[in-house]
Amino acid sequence: MPIDKHRFSRRGVLAGGAAAGAFFIAAPSIIRAQTRVLKAAVLLPQSGYLAQAGQSCHRGAMVSASALAELGHTVELMHLDIESNPDVARTQAERVINDGAHCIVGAFDSASTLAIAQVCEQRQIPLIVNIGAAPQLTEQGYKFLVRNFPTGGMLVANGLKQIHALIDATKIAPKTAVFLHANDNFGMAQRQGMDKAFPNSGLPFKLLESIPYDPKAQDLSVEVTKIRGLNPDLLLVVTRAADAIKLVRDIVRQKFQPMGIISPGAPGLYDEEFYKALGPLADYHIDAIPWANPKSKVTQTLEAVFKKEQPNFRFAVECFNVGFTFDALLVAADAFKRAGTGTGPELMKALKATNLADHAMIGPPIKFDEKGQNVDIPSSCVQNRAQTPTVVLPADIATMTPVLPEPPWQGRT
Amino acid sequence: MAAITLNVIVQGLLTGLVYGLMALGLSVIFGVMRVVNFAHGEFTVVGMYAAFVLFETLHLDPLTVLLPIAAVFFGIGYLLQRTLINPFVGRAEHEQFILLVGLATVIVNGLLLVFGPDARPINLSYSFDSYAVGPLFLDKVRVFAALGALAVAAALLLFFRYTRTGTAIRACADNLTGAAVVGLDVKQLYAVTFGLGLACVGAAGTLMATIADASPSLAQAYTLLAFTIVIIGGLGSMVGALIGGILIGVSEALAGFYIQPSMKSMFSFALLIIVLVLRPQGLMGRRL
Repeated sequence: MPIDKHRFSRRGVLAGGAAAGAFFIAAPSIIRAQTRVLKAAVLLPQSGYLAQAGQSCHRGAMVSASALAELGHTVELMHLDIESNPDVARTQAERVINDGAHCIVGAFDSASTLAIAQVCEQRQIPLIVNIGAAPQLTEQGYKFLVRNFPTGGMLVANGLKQIHALIDATKIAPKTAVFLHANDNFGMAQRQGMDKAFPNSGLPFKLLESIPYDPKAQDLSVEVTKIRGLNPDLLLVVTRAADAIKLVRDIVRQKFQPMGIISPGAPGLYDEEFYKALGPLADYHIDAIPWANPKSKVTQTLEAVFKKEQPNFRFAVECFNVGFTFDALLVAADAFKRAGTGTGPELMKALKATNLADHAMIGPPIKFDEKGQNVDIPSSCVQNRAQTPTVVLPADIATMTPVLPEPPWQGRT
Repeated sequence: MAAITLNVIVQGLLTGLVYGLMALGLSVIFGVMRVVNFAHGEFTVVGMYAAFVLFETLHLDPLTVLLPIAAVFFGIGYLLQRTLINPFVGRAEHEQFILLVGLATVIVNGLLLVFGPDARPINLSYSFDSYAVGPLFLDKVRVFAALGALAVAAALLLFFRYTRTGTAIRACADNLTGAAVVGLDVKQLYAVTFGLGLACVGAAGTLMATIADASPSLAQAYTLLAFTIVIIGGLGSMVGALIGGILIGVSEALAGFYIQPSMKSMFSFALLIIVLVLRPQGLMGRRL
């Protein structure tokens, strides 16, 4: 019987289907390899309980494309909300990879970042952590992750160094302190860092107690009552923006007056929301954290673009979240330029070889160790003065001298 | 130490009264209509935003706009019941659940669209003041909020006890068939009940806005809190809702002080489990 060559055979259909399937599976990789524009997905908690900080980072990501273009990098950004929820973060990571993202930048929250890291590892797509302090991000052997942000331990150790410098500069003599921290991933990482670093910090005061609190709590009146009972000279805090407001409000209501409220590396005390809610009561608190370098040309470019595109927000207040988010995208764009391809393994290889001298945040060139961690991200002391975060230490980049003890609450309102 | 403990108890009691008022709305709606309002926390947050907007735009103290906001919420509740909720009364519980969860999702996302995710504080001239009573420090806002909650709860109790409409609503709750047989307009009474429930929520949200910052992310927590309080106090019992609120407020405060602040929510749920095991109908609920 003659064979009709135009008829579909079962074998032919199967082979065709397999070829089509293979093409569709491989298509994103082929496109990634061929592209000349970096396609980066920025995953942030734009809603949910971390939305305030997530939105701040998001503004940084929104201005980054223009700022990077001015620095000679062409990037295409995909902005996705992870809703302050690790499960949503995981789903969104899968989605952007399927949509052809060359790399992911995110995700402010350590728990969500860990969820994304697992997806990136499976799919061999680089993840550049903008903000996320949990040590396990770079301790679990992920091969497709780099972090240009200090771990909780590094933040606290650097923060305690700055507190030491602050005590020396202001000549205050605190004898006791209480450490109050959020009990989320970030706060617990800070607690571990504090437990490890404080005994060897050489600070001249005794740490009376470490008190964890729920960042979703209605108010912190019980916590403040407890602190008032201990009556410490210094209050060391690890907060988020909303609970930093609740904390200061309850401290003022309960007429507790410590020498200073100092964060050894956490958000909250320098957020716009904090200034708006507390007005003059927001002043004089100190945060020992990495900060944007006002003398860097990259920072100046970023600031100019930010002012143009986000006229309703103050760069001086946003520069922590905006700066780290921009630097993460700059690291990605720089690696993409050197790799010349968007395929995951090659891009990751270029990321690991990063040596980026010009960037927004203070510190030496950005480099990553074998675990993907940038181990050299210094902190500075930022004090709220006239409701603006102002660098007061180290002296070489400071624009004001630090003031401690804090002036009494009564005189401020 | 005793003074600080007393301070913690009093602060917990004051907060608990506002919680109680919030839960009262849920209890009233369920007690009469057997509809569980899963959008309860969301409506509370809308109340908070209403107080915030009036403060920001017209500089009105939330305590002075408590009744107008409650009245507007009554209207919203009335209309909502007549249009959206009524067709679901008597239908399967899962259908009511889906409807109200859907409504909750719309409200939260609407708030996010309009106000964004930032917490919105109401900075009153006395926000940072407190009364010093011996060794106790009582926040002014918390004292005012608790007094406001007590006043609204008392007004509601008096309404149900001494007015014809209140008596008719209680009749519907006790015996729906009997109420219909004697000619009561059940649909109308259900709409009034839902309106009253939302008026409580609006008032509670307004008072809550003076002690906590308005944020869409609070909504789910408030819904859960209201359910916990109502189950502890007894579903359908108005006095039970107030007692449940106080118990939750005080137990959370004490647990936070003596054990660990971050574990205080655990104690309200532990209390819930104990009540469910020992007295499933709740402290003031009727045996089913």
